[in-house]
Amino acid sequence: MTQAATYTHPATATGLDSWKVGFWTFIGSECLFFGSLISTYMVYKGESLVGPTSHEILNIPLTSISTFVLLTSSLMMVLALAAVQRGSRRGALLWLLLTAWFGSLFLGFQAFEFTQFYHEGLTPQKNLFGASFFVLTGFHGAHVTVGVIWLLTLWVLALRGRLGRADALKVEIAGLYWHFVDVVWIAIFTLVYLIQ
Amino acid sequence: MAITKARAATVTAGPHARGGIWSWITTVDHKRIGILYGTSALVFFLVGGLEALLIRAQLARPENGFVGPETYNQLFTMHGTTMVFLVAMPAAVAFFNYIVPLQIGARDVAFPRLNALSYWVFLFGGLFMNSSFLLGQAPNGGWTGYVPLTGPRFAPGLHIDFWVLGLSMLGISSILGGVNFITTIINLRAPGMRLMRMPLFTWMTLVTSFLLVTAMPVIAVALILLIFDRFFGTSFYAPAGGGDPVLWQHLFWMFGHPEVYILILPAFGMVSEVIPTFSRKPLFGYAIMVYSGILIGFIGWGVWSHHMFATGLGPIADAFFAIATMIIAIPTGVKIFNWLATMWGGSLRFSTAMLFAIGVIASFTIGGISGIMHSAAPADLQQHDTYFVVAHFHYTIFGGTILGTFAGIYYWFPKMTGRLLDERLGKWHFWLMFLGFHLTFFPMHWIGLLGMPRRIFTYYDELGLGSLNLLATIGAFTQGVAVVLFLWNLLRSRRHGVVVGPNPWNAATLEWSIPSPPPEYNFAVIPEVHSREPLWERREATPAPPAPEPAIHLPPPSHWPIVVAFGVLLTFGLFLANVWWVPLGGVALVAFGVMNWAFEPGH
Amino acid sequence: MRTQPRVERAHPGAGTYVMIAVILTVITAAEVAVFYIPALAVALVPILLTLSAGKFTLVVMFYMHLRFDSRIFTGVFVAPLLLALAVILSLIVLFKALPQTGS
Repeated sequence: MTQAATYTHPATATGLDSWKVGFWTFIGSECLFFGSLISTYMVYKGESLVGPTSHEILNIPLTSISTFVLLTSSLMMVLALAAVQRGSRRGALLWLLLTAWFGSLFLGFQAFEFTQFYHEGLTPQKNLFGASFFVLTGFHGAHVTVGVIWLLTLWVLALRGRLGRADALKVEIAGLYWHFVDVVWIAIFTLVYLIQ
Repeated sequence: MAITKARAATVTAGPHARGGIWSWITTVDHKRIGILYGTSALVFFLVGGLEALLIRAQLARPENGFVGPETYNQLFTMHGTTMVFLVAMPAAVAFFNYIVPLQIGARDVAFPRLNALSYWVFLFGGLFMNSSFLLGQAPNGGWTGYVPLTGPRFAPGLHIDFWVLGLSMLGISSILGGVNFITTIINLRAPGMRLMRMPLFTWMTLVTSFLLVTAMPVIAVALILLIFDRFFGTSFYAPAGGGDPVLWQHLFWMFGHPEVYILILPAFGMVSEVIPTFSRKPLFGYAIMVYSGILIGFIGWGVWSHHMFATGLGPIADAFFAIATMIIAIPTGVKIFNWLATMWGGSLRFSTAMLFAIGVIASFTIGGISGIMHSAAPADLQQHDTYFVVAHFHYTIFGGTILGTFAGIYYWFPKMTGRLLDERLGKWHFWLMFLGFHLTFFPMHWIGLLGMPRRIFTYYDELGLGSLNLLATIGAFTQGVAVVLFLWNLLRSRRHGVVVGPNPWNAATLEWSIPSPPPEYNFAVIPEVHSREPLWERREATPAPPAPEPAIHLPPPSHWPIVVAFGVLLTFGLFLANVWWVPLGGVALVAFGVMNWAFEPGH
Repeated sequence: MRTQPRVERAHPGAGTYVMIAVILTVITAAEVAVFYIPALAVALVPILLTLSAGKFTLVVMFYMHLRFDSRIFTGVFVAPLLLALAVILSLIVLFKALPQTGS
């Protein structure tokens, strides 16, 4: 079906695109979601009955690298948006793929970390730190996974030449999601890893 | 462009198959979705009402053996859960759907398919939760689901599983709905419909939607932690593993108190439409009404622990939440006085809708005052978990939300069907319900202060509460009769009610400028708005071109919302299998549905 | 799209984006460094919170374009964000700072 057949509302009251307004509202909602998960983590900090807990097990050097990886993916994301806005298909292909790649790399780090913890005896059932840590970072990881799938979908669109300048908004909204997931990690990295 | 035109023409010609069940399943029309929401809420209202009658039958006399304690637990749990999540909220959302786009001069909501998704997820969540009755394992932990009562240790079996999973689905539905209505109201207003010209009902929808998108994620997390405790053996709420049940209480009420305003603000909005119309006067203090609604929404976030005075939070927390609770009474009181001032000196018409609206003012005020009594922490310790609390919140939720919703139904029914509800039956309905309501719940103030705890299936004769309880039961059955009258009225008037034109009440807002029932595209020409009461303006030339604009784009129907919703149902429902990877089947269906959704042509 | 946003300023270019990325990397490095310097242990929490708040703000303002876009986006984001911060803060206070008479 052609793009021209896309259903569009008449010009909006604010001049803003509805998808963008809606998506920002959704991000606002996500703030409360992650806020509540972080609260749970903070409330249970130091309340575990048995070890291992945060300072015995968290690997700061490794997580610093994965944090850097996720930050870098955010840069790739804005460059992808800039490329699509310029109408550069090659740029879009390159940067979208790199964003997804860095996102996957971050997930790889997380998978490695989770397995490592498991072998060191930390499970969600073990203690409150394990429970609140795995649920918080696990939901963050699930968000990253959704983001990677989303980015790869856009990449396939670009590959088929269906991601032109007119579609910049699609990339922009995916970018909003991606950066939001990134800022959530900024908070988690500080609150969970660095402030023990 | 040529393609657009051709497509538009076909779209305008027949976006929906006219009838048939498939057209309802795939509809993305906000009016049809509104009717679906309303009908579902009504059915759940009958279910929840039946549960209430069974509760009252059990309590009609001391040491009664009509239902046993286990059944009683399920009845009051499902009565509360149903009435809050499956009746009051969807009934309000029904009106958000049907009325808000009409009030702001729009042709649909911002995201029509998302709207359909919200509805189907809500319906599946509600049906899922109620299907537990078939297994004889309905939820039995109270609508507040306090741990450790609902934790794996003290609540084995499927009861709470159904509750926690079903409620999670309802939360998803509400968040999506909230996003949709915020965007709709921000973005789809007709030219000239500035924020401060919006009808009060639209304003209250906006505030409610904001509360939905912010409060629902909090209970989502509370429920997720409970799901982990129940299915994966974590100890979030289990003291044996270091967990703290008080965390549940905080997360639940952090959602729960904004939820109270999610329930009441839409009704306030409806009352604020009905009273000016039947007083023939603009709403008194419009701006103050808007601001106090927003203020209620914000302060509503800072009072949650007044549900927890008996938990023992210490004097500092108690004092803080007591003061915040007293403060929130101020903007609420402002609304009551503004309604009274609107009626003052107006030429009043006591239609059924108006009677219900006045009923709200009378009843909600009583509930508000007993609420202020609770805000005094020491006094609350005496009232906590007694029937006094039951009396209080029924005065607000029934006296406010349900009576307000009935006002809305009588007011907007002609817009939806083109026929009036019968006024004579309506007045019978009102008076029976109003008197039955007070007869049921007023005695509960005494019952509670005399020491009868809530959620206990019976009481001893020696307490001397038999006659007051019998009175309450008589009141409940009186309301039952009123509901039957209402149903009869609804069914009869839908076919045989008096046929009316666009504006039977001579009301002021935009929804009354278009035919009843409205055409699929709502407005043939998008109106231009110059004031808060566009239809009460005296304008020489009222532009009302009979023919629609050449190309009105309406989204075609879609079956992907119900597919995705079914995926959501599977995701949560399959948790009952108690194997961690099985729900991923549902996730896969959601993913499949979303992909197809994203690339569906014509949207 | 007929809805070209009127109220939005142009988004920055690649140069700005790279510069922000450099700043973010530097701040992250500083955070990790602070973590390992024993002398800063007393002020660890405020320093880290300030640094990460700075990162958060940079990403939101530049990568998510709130600095350039309509105020409405800022509104629908910042109001819930403040609520979320209030939730975190009040729960920490309720559980960690205030004496509890019960449990």
